[in-house]
Amino acid sequence: MTNLPGVETVIEITYLIATALFILSLKWLSSPTTARRGVFAGELGMLLAIAGTLLHHGIVEYKWIVIALVLGTIIGVPLGEVAMTAVPQRTALSHAFGALCVTLVGTAHFYLGAPNLPRFTMGVLALEVILGSLTFTGSLMAAGKLQEILPQRPITYKGQNIVNLGLLGIAVVVAGILVAHQEKTQLFPLIVGIPLLFGVMMIIPIGGADMPTVISLLNSYAGLSAAAMGFVLDSKLLIIAGALDGASGLILSVNMSKAMNRSFSNVLFGAFGQEQTAVAGHKDARPVRSATPEEAAAILSAANKVVIVPGYGMAVAQAQHKVRELYDALTKRGVDVKFGIHPVAGRMPGHMNVLLAEADIPYDKLLDMEDVNGDFPQTDVALVIGANDVTNPAARTDASSPIFGMPILDVDKARTVMVIKRSMGAGFAGIENPLYYLDKTLMLFGDAKSFVGSIVRELGGGHE
Amino acid sequence: MKLDLLTSLYVFMLAAFIGFEVIRRVSPLLHTPLMSLTNALDAIAVVGAIILAGEYHAHGAMMARILGTIAIVAATSNIVGGFLITDRMLKMFKASGPKKP
Repeated sequence: MTNLPGVETVIEITYLIATALFILSLKWLSSPTTARRGVFAGELGMLLAIAGTLLHHGIVEYKWIVIALVLGTIIGVPLGEVAMTAVPQRTALSHAFGALCVTLVGTAHFYLGAPNLPRFTMGVLALEVILGSLTFTGSLMAAGKLQEILPQRPITYKGQNIVNLGLLGIAVVVAGILVAHQEKTQLFPLIVGIPLLFGVMMIIPIGGADMPTVISLLNSYAGLSAAAMGFVLDSKLLIIAGALDGASGLILSVNMSKAMNRSFSNVLFGAFGQEQTAVAGHKDARPVRSATPEEAAAILSAANKVVIVPGYGMAVAQAQHKVRELYDALTKRGVDVKFGIHPVAGRMPGHMNVLLAEADIPYDKLLDMEDVNGDFPQTDVALVIGANDVTNPAARTDASSPIFGMPILDVDKARTVMVIKRSMGAGFAGIENPLYYLDKTLMLFGDAKSFVGSIVRELGGGHE
Repeated sequence: MKLDLLTSLYVFMLAAFIGFEVIRRVSPLLHTPLMSLTNALDAIAVVGAIILAGEYHAHGAMMARILGTIAIVAATSNIVGGFLITDRMLKMFKASGPKKP
């Protein structure tokens, strides 16, 4: 085809507009009132960028592109329609797809270009492929654990971190050799294969409660690998989109690691999930006070201010709709009901908010930890549903506790604390929770969904 | 297609700063939709995959086409799925006050 500078300029301009729309898209996401506009801006930008790319005069073969676009859409639609409880695994799966795309493109570029790639390009390409392949298997593993296809228990062994870091180290060394001696193409499979293995090994020691951090970290890796691909292709659009995604993942990972009281370097080097302290052994049977649904309902209806603290247990029991009925019943009686949400409640950042929003609870009633903690001293009842470690006062008071220093929801400062729980078993980290033995605490033993249902019936609400 | 390395590094740096500033403002309330949205935007890598799959290659054409095609499928599913689910989630976030049907 002849030289068409006009078309190239048009393509570049569509990329420029797409970039602006991507940034606006994230900016509008900052508030629930403009967020949907943000999605629209993102879609428009994406459409423009793809349309612009298809105009590219270097493209000689359209058949497979069209087939692939159609096939991707067919796969994408059901992935967009999963249940809200399955969003964490869907997100992990989409990180895997993004990483797969980047890895495949990087691999093809290597074999097309080597040994004539500029040295810098080769270096970034190696980074792209390493990050891409470890994110691919890491995310698949995470999705498998979240979907409960794989065992969720963390598997740890002695020297695990050394093995993992060693693997990654080898991959980096091989990458270095390739940068220096590109003609050794036979080494390339190693910088795909070793990170693929590393991705699996990295997730093996991860347990469910660490998932929010891990998903954020994988999100960040996926973004950085895409940015690296942008360097290889000299595409500003990709560099920017990748940098935005990388930054977003990084912010979320830092937030999550703070909320779990882990240093960020601890998270970066994949050393999470290690503290399976042996405290799980059962101790003296200290007395706890328990209550029936009738008693709980009586106390709740007499309260002025109630804060509900949901945890992953609420999602497991699918209790969110019953919780909404409880919210309605109490609000109708003039009780001020709010929700206190810990950053790591659930299996990914913001997971609880989505589940409660799906149950039609207005978002202005969903408060972050910082906003709600000041309210507890004026709160009559703090109702904990399926959360444990994030309410454990030992994090504030007991320097010997493995979670000491972790920011928690100060439910113990409320006048009365009610905890819905199946039994007295310890939480994820196997740590005893002194909250349950306080005089002001009432244990409500039972399944979250049916217990909340019984309270609602006592309050004369619900639709059973 | 000369790689202007320094310009690219500038672009990356500035985009990272913008990313940090813009995303820091996203309320924790919306962190799940944030992740699914950035995931969809990240799938802009499809652009590279399209060029790879469609361009003329003197050698390795078969490999480029196969890898490129799979890459497009993977990225497109992220675009479609990511935008769909983000919008579905955001639709659910309603403020209290006068009930709108």
